Amino acid sequence: MKAPETFETPAAERVNYINAQYGLKSWLLTKDHKRIGLLYLGSISFFFLIGGLYAMFIRLELLTPQGDFLSSATYNKVFTQHGIIMIFFFLIPSIPATLGNFLVPLMIGAKDLAFPRINLLSWYIYLLGGIITIYALLAGGIDTGWTFYVPYSTTFSNSYVIATGAGIFISGFSSILTGLNFIVTIHTMRAPGMTWFRMPLFIWAHYATSLIMILGTPVIAITILLLAFERLAHVGIFDPANGGDPVLFQHLFWFYSHPAVYIMVLPGMGIISELIANFSRKNIFGYSFVAFSSLAIAVFGFLVWGHHLFVASQSVYAGMIFSFLSFAVAIPSAIKVFNWTATLYKGSISYDTPMLYALGFIGLFTIGGMTGLFLAALAVDVHLSDTYFVVAHFHYIMVGGTLLAYLGGLHYWWPKITGRMYPEGWGRFSALTVFVGFNLTFLPQFIAGYMGMPRRYHAYPPEFQVFNVLSSAGASILGVGLLIPLIYLIWSMRYGKRAEANPWHLPGLEWRTPSPPPTENFLVTPVVTWEAYEFAPPEELRVIGMFREDEGLENADAVIDGKPT
Amino acid sequence: MSEHIVSLKVYFTIFIALMVGTALTVWAGLQDFPGPLNVIVALTIAVIKATLVVLYFMHVRYSSRLIWVVFASALFWLGILFALTFGDYWTRGWL
Repeated sequence: MKAPETFETPAAERVNYINAQYGLKSWLLTKDHKRIGLLYLGSISFFFLIGGLYAMFIRLELLTPQGDFLSSATYNKVFTQHGIIMIFFFLIPSIPATLGNFLVPLMIGAKDLAFPRINLLSWYIYLLGGIITIYALLAGGIDTGWTFYVPYSTTFSNSYVIATGAGIFISGFSSILTGLNFIVTIHTMRAPGMTWFRMPLFIWAHYATSLIMILGTPVIAITILLLAFERLAHVGIFDPANGGDPVLFQHLFWFYSHPAVYIMVLPGMGIISELIANFSRKNIFGYSFVAFSSLAIAVFGFLVWGHHLFVASQSVYAGMIFSFLSFAVAIPSAIKVFNWTATLYKGSISYDTPMLYALGFIGLFTIGGMTGLFLAALAVDVHLSDTYFVVAHFHYIMVGGTLLAYLGGLHYWWPKITGRMYPEGWGRFSALTVFVGFNLTFLPQFIAGYMGMPRRYHAYPPEFQVFNVLSSAGASILGVGLLIPLIYLIWSMRYGKRAEANPWHLPGLEWRTPSPPPTENFLVTPVVTWEAYEFAPPEELRVIGMFREDEGLENADAVIDGKPT
Repeated sequence: MSEHIVSLKVYFTIFIALMVGTALTVWAGLQDFPGPLNVIVALTIAVIKATLVVLYFMHVRYSSRLIWVVFASALFWLGILFALTFGDYWTRGWL
């Protein structure tokens, strides 16, 4: 039974983007945004596994206070490579390049992104950057920390700084191209009737993310280039001996790398807006506030980088301004959290797997955000800088926020992407496992950090062992919780129940085309006559064109109540 | 978007201007100007050269208002980077 109108073709003649062409060449030379999204999905999953492997080494080493598993030099490389792989090759491309690539055209009623060839090019650039970085890791690795701080990285480190930098420099261009593609597509390719304020909030979030990608990424590219010049030719921009300033590096690095946190979490917020509204079966509370808060985060996110430099000899006056601005960026984030919560109020909530991830996100992102305020306070930060408090804080944002949103979104759109349902029971079980494992891993780190345990050492005083044992135990649970979806999602591609066009019974455009969609997304150009998240009373649904005239209102009742009969 | 055809004469003129700028940069690099002038002279030459490239080689001079807005927003963001970074450097001595 279909509720909202879909633009379907009969099953017998259905050709979709997966079976339209076969063979490796058809994938490697595809210009279809959906296939490119899947290419990205495979690549980032590969990098996630490598990054996870490094995380495992870190937690194994920290199980005991002595540095007995890895030498200090190896440990430096392990945490550096964990950070570089996870940030530049998993978190930054994770949601935009996979789900964003797949869904931006579908959700606005377009046939593809504006520049399909550039889209494919971005994947190859990403891959080239990834291969160069993997080469650097295999050749001997890098030990500077993912932040590449000078003068260690320019003068003293004997590891593969330039090769790794080259990999990141190159992969940055894929990020710029993706952002460019999204902005042009959202501006120029919306279906008739899809006005700016009818766009799903996922699209607003991706628009804001794209702005950061385009405006921020060139700065990290230039910074890496300067780092390489300094390392190779001692040009004297960062080295005080030649008239340079090491703090300048930190300014330039964080001008990109702080907004990069918003590149990671804003698309996640877009997913959460979708999940909360759709699994509460209610219009989102304060649509325009949620939409504009994405843009506000993108803009404010560029003004706060100096809070990474509070103890790096930055002027105390600059510190005060950056501290104030960092507090200010909490406002748009809080608007989102409050509006999601208000959306839940009196909603018809169903606890399917994606919703479990979304609810987990709200709690964990709130903890991550609130502990960010601790760190934005000048005096408190002096105590907490470079402790495990910081490590716990940013993992709550990056893992508790971005990773949970990514998993929630992946489950939510899995039926659309593959045409198969994932096993719901296993989905809920793994979502709960991830939540428990995550908290057990990172909550103790807040305490250890507050008590003074510094980050980036392979040995620590014995009084911190209890927190580290808890943390390592939690990491094992988290690891299992992440392996389960890997197994059942792959399983479901072949054996999962076939998904209908609109398994969740939602009004969004992407649910009005078959699962999986045809290559051209919509066989008929859709005309949008409804608002985003319009769960309207049944008598209105016919008027706004969500039902065919030959369908009775009893179907509409079923949609309003939740699952159809 | 309408394509503006730029004559070869304009391209070569700009190219020569850039070459002169490069020669000036090398010459200025070998001089020792008083005070902060070394940096000011080098940056002035660099900004003029970059402006020529943006206006003529990148065709911004012949482009639509939208392109100007995009370009201006990039400059504005560069301004943010400079303003807050110098906000650090210039106030370090205050305390």
